[in-house]
Amino acid sequence: MAASEPTTSSSASTAADDPATLDAPGDAHATAPTLDAAQHDRAQPSRFPFAGRIGSVEILAAVLVLLIFLRDPLARLLSAPSLATWTTVFVSVMVQAVPFLVFGVLLSAAIAVFVPRSFWARALPKHPALAVPVASAAGVILPGCECGAVPIAGSLIRRGVTPAAALAFLLAAPAINPIVLVATAVAFPNNPEMVLARAVASLIVAMVMGWLWLRLGRADWIRLPRRPDLDGLRRGEAFWSAVRHDVAHAGGFLVIGAMAAATINVVVPEQWLQTLADQPVLSVLALAGLAVLLSICSEADAFVAASLSQFSLTARLAFLVVGPMVDLKLISMQAGIFGRRFAARFAPATFTVAVAVAVITGMVLL
Amino acid sequence: MAQACVMIFFGAAVLRASVTDLYLRYVKEGLRPFLIAASLLLIAVAVMTLWYELRPYADAPEDRNDAEDPSSGNRRQSDEQSTSGSTAEDLHDEHAHHEPRVAWLLLLPALGLLLLAPPALGSYAAGQAGTALTAEQDYGYDYPPLPAGDPATTSVFDYAARALFDKGQSIGNRRVQLTGFITPGPDGQPILARMILSCCAADGRPVKLGLAGDVPTGLANDTWIQVTGRYTDRVTRDPINDEEIPYIDVESWRQVTAPKDPYE
Repeated sequence: MAASEPTTSSSASTAADDPATLDAPGDAHATAPTLDAAQHDRAQPSRFPFAGRIGSVEILAAVLVLLIFLRDPLARLLSAPSLATWTTVFVSVMVQAVPFLVFGVLLSAAIAVFVPRSFWARALPKHPALAVPVASAAGVILPGCECGAVPIAGSLIRRGVTPAAALAFLLAAPAINPIVLVATAVAFPNNPEMVLARAVASLIVAMVMGWLWLRLGRADWIRLPRRPDLDGLRRGEAFWSAVRHDVAHAGGFLVIGAMAAATINVVVPEQWLQTLADQPVLSVLALAGLAVLLSICSEADAFVAASLSQFSLTARLAFLVVGPMVDLKLISMQAGIFGRRFAARFAPATFTVAVAVAVITGMVLL
Repeated sequence: MAQACVMIFFGAAVLRASVTDLYLRYVKEGLRPFLIAASLLLIAVAVMTLWYELRPYADAPEDRNDAEDPSSGNRRQSDEQSTSGSTAEDLHDEHAHHEPRVAWLLLLPALGLLLLAPPALGSYAAGQAGTALTAEQDYGYDYPPLPAGDPATTSVFDYAARALFDKGQSIGNRRVQLTGFITPGPDGQPILARMILSCCAADGRPVKLGLAGDVPTGLANDTWIQVTGRYTDRVTRDPINDEEIPYIDVESWRQVTAPKDPYE
């Protein structure tokens, strides 16, 4: 084959493909020929090392050098108490999430590479409506917080698990695993019924959302980001490739969520909440909204809920049920892993169901 | 390839923070082994990526021609032939194409850790949140005796809990020694505070302790001091969450350097 041929075809397809890639990183609709052409575009830099390479490693190096010189002015700029607190909260959310993210990504890559597709067909009930409660209850076994659950759910869908069951697992796992329930018991020493209420309400929400997805969900809302076709690769390569891709993707969106959470943490003083605490309806909505905005790890949110003592137990239950299922960091990660069309529908629906279930559970149990 | 560098950078930043004491400003001490393991894994992932990406440059050029054949059937075939060069080249192509741009954001926490190393939560955060000791945390059990020694060294949280929920009975007339930082109290007077964490600084909450007796004056906010004093039954209320803030009757105090773990 003539060496020049791919060059001409690729420069033509660059214009057509690149905007699409920019707009929708999760675009799964590209046809195979387009995909191939696009791959050849990107192969060009390796043939002409200086043509396409400004913009990646070189820019990174330039930015780093620049930052070393700008370090002192930057540090002065960020030394104002509010900005310093913002930076601290942002960095700590990231540091705290790293082990869970890496653990979740390794598990999801292992699912993608080492667990055969046929396993899921055997492990879950055939009927999707039955698979939902089984998958929700399976959330008990994932000891971690929500950052790890998103790539795992994405991986499950890729491997042919019905999305309803994978989503039920995604919602249930961060809320009902033993670590989180023990943390809740420790945080509410005088109200052990909180643990039960949290587990029950979270399980119900996960199952309701799974069944809702079966009735109303549309498969084309979920656009998993393309990643290398793992089937053609040897297992070791496929594993590392999947891990790298998921860390880059989920980690990047985690940064957006962490920045949002840090902003809320600094901008919203707790005193505002005090005025809402006495009104039963508003207090539930206020704490549910706060759970979304603060994006606290599900292993720690019980302690924060405990310190919001001016609120009713039901309002704080709403905080604990909503937090692990819908928050800024999760919405950002879900938009990245499942696509924006999905996140735009799934997050508000989950929020509504979670608040409703929390209120009903609170009335019955608390 | 640049993103592999970003990942190495991020992994290295977390690793550096966790082998030094820097990580204690952001998370609990118990997370350290997991942080070290996770950051080493991040670096390993990036190194494996670089290895697979750089390898084709060393391979013979005819392998590359294989991979550039536009029909996917031929590509699959070349995979099945399993020539290591073309497999790696395929992977390289797809890496380049699928590098999510959002991953560049991982530079921000890395730079934050390496260049800025933001301080632990201090008086600003303490002033924004209500005191963490709430009436509900009154466990109702008998408090064990204070540790031996005069003065007995204990934490701000422990003293505050004994003062509020035990009415100081387990403290009695003994002298206690606490370490915390200065922050403005509800009435503008300096009080002692210490942040407690359950997971990371995002859930940090202050334990506040009013200062009576020899009240330190002229200290800037966030100054760490070690206070020696006795129990007093005086309390005030935190306007932020309407919970009680106990006091300590200060006999003496001295300025100290910030402790290794700024949280309790």
